[in-house]
Amino acid sequence: MSATLIWILVGLVAIGLYLSWTAGRLDRLHARIDAARAALDAQLLRRASVAQELATSKVLDPAASIVLYEAAHAARQAEEEQREVAESELSQALRAVLAEPAQVEAVREAPGGEEAARELAQAVRRVPMARRFHNDAVRAARALRRHRKVRWFRLAGHAPFPMAFEMDDEPPTALVDRAGV
Amino acid sequence: MRIGIVCPYSWDVPGGVQFHIRDLAEHLLALGHEVSVLAPADDDTPLPPYVVSAGRAVPVPYNGSVARLNFGFLSAARVRRWLHDGAFDVIHIHEPASPSLGLLACWAAQGPIVATFHTSNPRSRAMIAAYPILQPALEKISARIAVSEYARRTLVEHLGGDAVVIPNGVDVDFFARAKPNPDWQGETLGFIGRIDEPRKGLPVLMKALPKILAERPRTRLLVAGRGDEEEAVASLPEEMRSRVEFLGMISDADKARFLRSVDVYVAPNTGGESFGIILVEAMSAGAPVLASDLDAFAQVLDQGEAGELYANEDADALAAAAVRLLADPGRRQELRERGSAHVRRFDWSTVGADILSVYETVTDGAAAVAADERTGRRARFGLARD
Repeated sequence: MSATLIWILVGLVAIGLYLSWTAGRLDRLHARIDAARAALDAQLLRRASVAQELATSKVLDPAASIVLYEAAHAARQAEEEQREVAESELSQALRAVLAEPAQVEAVREAPGGEEAARELAQAVRRVPMARRFHNDAVRAARALRRHRKVRWFRLAGHAPFPMAFEMDDEPPTALVDRAGV
Repeated sequence: MRIGIVCPYSWDVPGGVQFHIRDLAEHLLALGHEVSVLAPADDDTPLPPYVVSAGRAVPVPYNGSVARLNFGFLSAARVRRWLHDGAFDVIHIHEPASPSLGLLACWAAQGPIVATFHTSNPRSRAMIAAYPILQPALEKISARIAVSEYARRTLVEHLGGDAVVIPNGVDVDFFARAKPNPDWQGETLGFIGRIDEPRKGLPVLMKALPKILAERPRTRLLVAGRGDEEEAVASLPEEMRSRVEFLGMISDADKARFLRSVDVYVAPNTGGESFGIILVEAMSAGAPVLASDLDAFAQVLDQGEAGELYANEDADALAAAAVRLLADPGRRQELRERGSAHVRRFDWSTVGADILSVYETVTDGAAAVAADERTGRRARFGLARD
C-alpha cells in the first residue's frame, strides 16, 4: 500500500518537474518574441525616420517628397491594428520613389546624401531580417502552445496568443543593389 | 561587440565550415570586434590566438560516415566555462543541429544566439527520433542564417520556421590579384576536389573527356585534390591518360593561381552541395565556370547568367558544353566579365556587413549571452553532470 503511494508521489513529482520545465521553455520563448518584437519596432522606426528625413531634404522632386512623407508619417503614427498596412505602404512608396538607379545616384550626390542613402539601404535590409526572426520566434511559441500539455495545464498563463507580423518588406532594388546584397 | 563563434568540426581538419569560420573571425577582428572561437582541437595543435579548444573530437559513425564529434561532460563543461568567461554580446553557432559542439552550446547558453545552417542533409531517422530533444535547444536560436536559398528551403521543410539567406564569404581580391602560372595555361580544364569522392563528380568528367579530346586534342585536364590517381584514370583509354595531370593537394595561394590560369573551371558535382564556394572562388579569379545544374550551383551562378550549366550527371552534355567553351574565346571573355561582376556580392565586405546586421538586430532589445541558469538549478538539486 505504502509502496503504491510512494510510486504515485514519485510520478506526480516527475510530472510536476516536466511541466515546470515546459513552462520555463515557454517563458523563454515569450521573452524571445518580446526581444524580437522590440528589435523589429526599432528597425521599422529607423526606416520611417530615414525615409522622412529624405522626404524633407529637398533632394527629391516635390511630388516624390509628398508621397514619401505621407507614407513615412503614416507608418510612424499608425495604430497597432493598422501598422502592417501602413508599413507595407511605406515599402511601396520607397520602391516607387527609388525605382530608378538615377534617382538613387542623385540622392547620393546631394550633400550628406551618401550617408542618408547608406542608412536607408541598411534599414530596408534589416527590416526583413528582423521580421523573419520575429515570425520564427512566433512560430516556435505557437507550436509549443498548441500542445496538449500546455493547453490542459494552462502553462501559458495570460500571455496573449502570439501573432506574426505580416507586411510587404521588399526593398527598392536600385538601393540595395548598390549596397551589394 | 563581443562575439563568440562555435565551430562544430575539428580545427585541425581542413573543411569548408572551418575556413568560413576562420575568415569570418578574422574579418570581424579586423573591424575591431572582440572574437573568440570555440572549436574541437587536439590539445597540442597550434591554434590562432582567438581560438579556444573544446577538447579532442571523437570519431564516431554518424549519418552514414565517420564523423568527428564532441559530446560528453568534458566538452559540455568546457562549453559552459567558455560561455562564462567570454561574457559575449552574441554567440554565433554553426551547424546547431549536428550532435557536436553546436548543439551543446545551444543547450548551455541563453541570450542572443545566431545560428548558421551550412548543409542541407535530408532529414535522417535519427533526427526524427531526436526531434523532441533537439527542439527545446533549437528554440533558443534568435536568428537563423542559411547559406543559400536551397539550404533555407530544406531548413524550413525539416525544422520549420524561417531563416535569412546570407551566402558564404570569399576574399574576392585575393583570387582576383593572383598571378597566372604559364604551366597551367593553354586549353586547360581545371578541377579541384577529392578524387575518390564520387559526389565531387570526377568520374563524370572522366567519362566526358574522350569526347572532348576527340574534338580538341590539345586539351589538358588539371586535377587538384587528394585521392588515388591510378584509379581515377582507370576508365580512360591508355593514350589519353597523359592528357590528365594530377597536382595533389595545393595551397591556398596555388589554388588562386590555378583558378587564374585555367581556361575553363569544371564543377561536375553530382549532389550533396548546399552552396558551392569553389564556384565563387573560380569566378573571383576570373575563370569561366562550367557546372552541373544542382540547385545550389544554379543559384550561385545566377541561373546560368554568370557561368554555364549542364544537366547533372550527363557526360555528353558536359563534353558538348566544354568543347563549345574551349572553341569560343569570346564567350569565355564574356563569362569572365559577368562572373567578376556577379561575385562582388560574395565578398567579405558585403557578407560580413550582413552578418553584423544580424548580430545587431538580435542584440537590440536583448540581454547579453550567459550560461543558462537551468544548469545552476540542476546543480542546486545535486544533479549537475560535472
